[in-house]
Amino acid sequence: MAHIPIQQEQIDRVKGLARDIAFQVHGFLSDYSSVSIERTVLRLYGVDGIDKDGMPLPNRIVDMFGRTNLLENGVSRNFAAAMVLSEADPLTTAERIEKGDIPLHDVHTCVVEDVQKKERELAQKAVKALDESHRRKEKKAETYGLPDQPWKYIIVATGNVYEDVTHARSAVHSGADIIAQIRSTAQSLLDYIPYGPTTEGFGGTFATQANFKIMRQALDEESEKHGRFIRLVNYSSGLCMAEIAACAAFEELDILLNDSMYGILFRDINMKRTFVDQHFSRLICARAGIIINTGEDNYLTTSDAIENAHTVTASQLINEAMAKRALLSDNLLGLGHAFEIDPHVENAFLYEIAHAQLARQLFPHSPVKYMPPTRYKSTDIFYSHSLDTLFNLASIATNQGIHLAGILTEAIQNPYLHDRYLALSNINFVFHVAKDLGEEVQFKRDGFICKRAQKVLDEAEDFLKDVKETGLMEAITTGKFADISRPVQGGKGLEGVFKKGPDYSNPIMDLLEK
Amino acid sequence: MKENVIKPYGYAMNDGVMQLSFTLPVENGSKAKKAAELYVSRLNMDKVSVVHSSKISDDFTFFVVYARALPTIDYATVVSDEIQIEEMGFYEINELIKKKLNRPLTVVGAAIGSDAHTVGIDAIMNMKGYNQDYGLERYPQINTCNMGAQVPPSSLIQKAVEIQADAILISQTVTQRDTHIRNLKELLENLNSAGLGERFILIVGGPGITNDFAVGLGFHAGFGRGTRPSQVASFLVMKMLEKGEKK
Repeated sequence: MAHIPIQQEQIDRVKGLARDIAFQVHGFLSDYSSVSIERTVLRLYGVDGIDKDGMPLPNRIVDMFGRTNLLENGVSRNFAAAMVLSEADPLTTAERIEKGDIPLHDVHTCVVEDVQKKERELAQKAVKALDESHRRKEKKAETYGLPDQPWKYIIVATGNVYEDVTHARSAVHSGADIIAQIRSTAQSLLDYIPYGPTTEGFGGTFATQANFKIMRQALDEESEKHGRFIRLVNYSSGLCMAEIAACAAFEELDILLNDSMYGILFRDINMKRTFVDQHFSRLICARAGIIINTGEDNYLTTSDAIENAHTVTASQLINEAMAKRALLSDNLLGLGHAFEIDPHVENAFLYEIAHAQLARQLFPHSPVKYMPPTRYKSTDIFYSHSLDTLFNLASIATNQGIHLAGILTEAIQNPYLHDRYLALSNINFVFHVAKDLGEEVQFKRDGFICKRAQKVLDEAEDFLKDVKETGLMEAITTGKFADISRPVQGGKGLEGVFKKGPDYSNPIMDLLEK
Repeated sequence: MKENVIKPYGYAMNDGVMQLSFTLPVENGSKAKKAAELYVSRLNMDKVSVVHSSKISDDFTFFVVYARALPTIDYATVVSDEIQIEEMGFYEINELIKKKLNRPLTVVGAAIGSDAHTVGIDAIMNMKGYNQDYGLERYPQINTCNMGAQVPPSSLIQKAVEIQADAILISQTVTQRDTHIRNLKELLENLNSAGLGERFILIVGGPGITNDFAVGLGFHAGFGRGTRPSQVASFLVMKMLEKGEKK
């Protein structure tokens, strides 16, 4: 395998710095919970559905507890008490609470031992459901086998879940290994998960548990038909990180976009809120065997891809360290990066190879996720198609983990059915004819690529030292990532964060952290 | 005006050659190819040649087709709705502001309403700019304030008043449900009701925006896909000078 000579001591140093940075943030976030985390607990306990105004029941119940000042110690214990009172299943209990049939102040009247027993039962059942989801996925991987890396990842984005299925089936026919159902624009800013199957969206399809189920079922059929395990992706960054993770686990999704940094920087979500939510969502992913994808590629859409390459590396390292704190193993870490260098730069392709190879070597056991060119895509689709060809070559030559298909109409619109076919044909062709290129070549020791990779790593190390010194939150505030500055008290969702009370309980979190 | 009748050019003048690619919802085979040929002939084309077909799914086939278009167009009658501006470069624009306006320009920009896309406004305003063209932040003679995405129209107006902006740049993604039209109208209504209808130069930009559309709504200009910051800056300067002359 072509290889850049990086000192192991330096890798250890940068990973150590990232661990320290993650530790600083973690110290803060363990004191807080959020409305979204509490809703996740209810979902994992079995609460689903909507009230007569269309509001999801988990939102409704958490609001009701919040209004009666019963939220600071978490929703878990009070809900367990309500179950003791109602002597019914979780969903029926939630419906009774919503109707006002169970007076919330009565939850104090229950026998403590009964409530604790009920809470334990609920939490154990929830974690068992995550384990089962994990096992079913492992079984599919065994039955159908996993394809060679890079895994071919392609998006569908019609807005209509049933049309998405048609597009997904076609993509599988053309060789896709992974189908990502793009969400409706700005769903990340909704502080609830919409309900039921949906047929209208803006630039994508709403992430709902029902939509997950419809797509998963279609892809299970395709896996059976083609004898290949077809994985399903959705997006959990935003205001509902952990809730989406719970729904995804229930419906056997394989991969989730899961990156609080993306939410903070690009969606202006409050950083406390999203760091807190991210941790619980990642614990769920770890338990349910869901690969997380991080969004470092986005940095390069606003910052220069050469000047700021080191911020991608630094963010990957921080994301890795935070993910490890949430018990995600290497094989579940789809850390992101991208092919976004301005093609006007001479030897731009050599820079790309250097950056891609560095990401590969820093995380050798992770399915590193490589994103296609977007910023310098042209409305000349023929030019864009040739740009993607080079991206495909960089990916196979450096043996990336997950390869997000570049599409020739990137700069114009969401892909048509045949745009996806053309993109996948290009990938199939390049991956086939250059399969072992990376095994055959070596990088010149003092050549351009090795020097460039070393420079990026050195800059990343300095950057991490700087971030450690100031703290991650302060670094974000001062615009060190993606040239975007976000204040600690700013952004959306801060009102949903609360300090845990003295009797706070979230037994699912406790079980997952064990 | 002298007539200038034209058709697409392939090998030779007015041969009408066009290349098409599309998908039909049928299984690939000779019948599918025939269907593609017949379909293209109904688009007012002849000498149709289906050069390629591939199955892209059960019941879906992709075609590449060459054909000769029959209709012609008189080029002399064509009128473009694109905005007419004299394009200037970075240095020229700064020089002109300095000399003719004697003070820096102030510009505030945002994606308004529910629009969460910052790509467009960032391409125009960020230092880095777009397509080798510096963003407005880089212009020494332009003061900028980029408010980012999902800014309520009222906050944008408030900021424009606060920093005494000369121009407001609004970035909007065109949506299927016409949310962009509602957002833009709301901004104009807010301006009018605050008595600020004539105060600012108002510019809309976005991949689906045309100048006609923007002017039709009541903005000064609309910029579509591929717009470079210097084009926006050129328009701003010209408009400011025009305004100055009227005073």
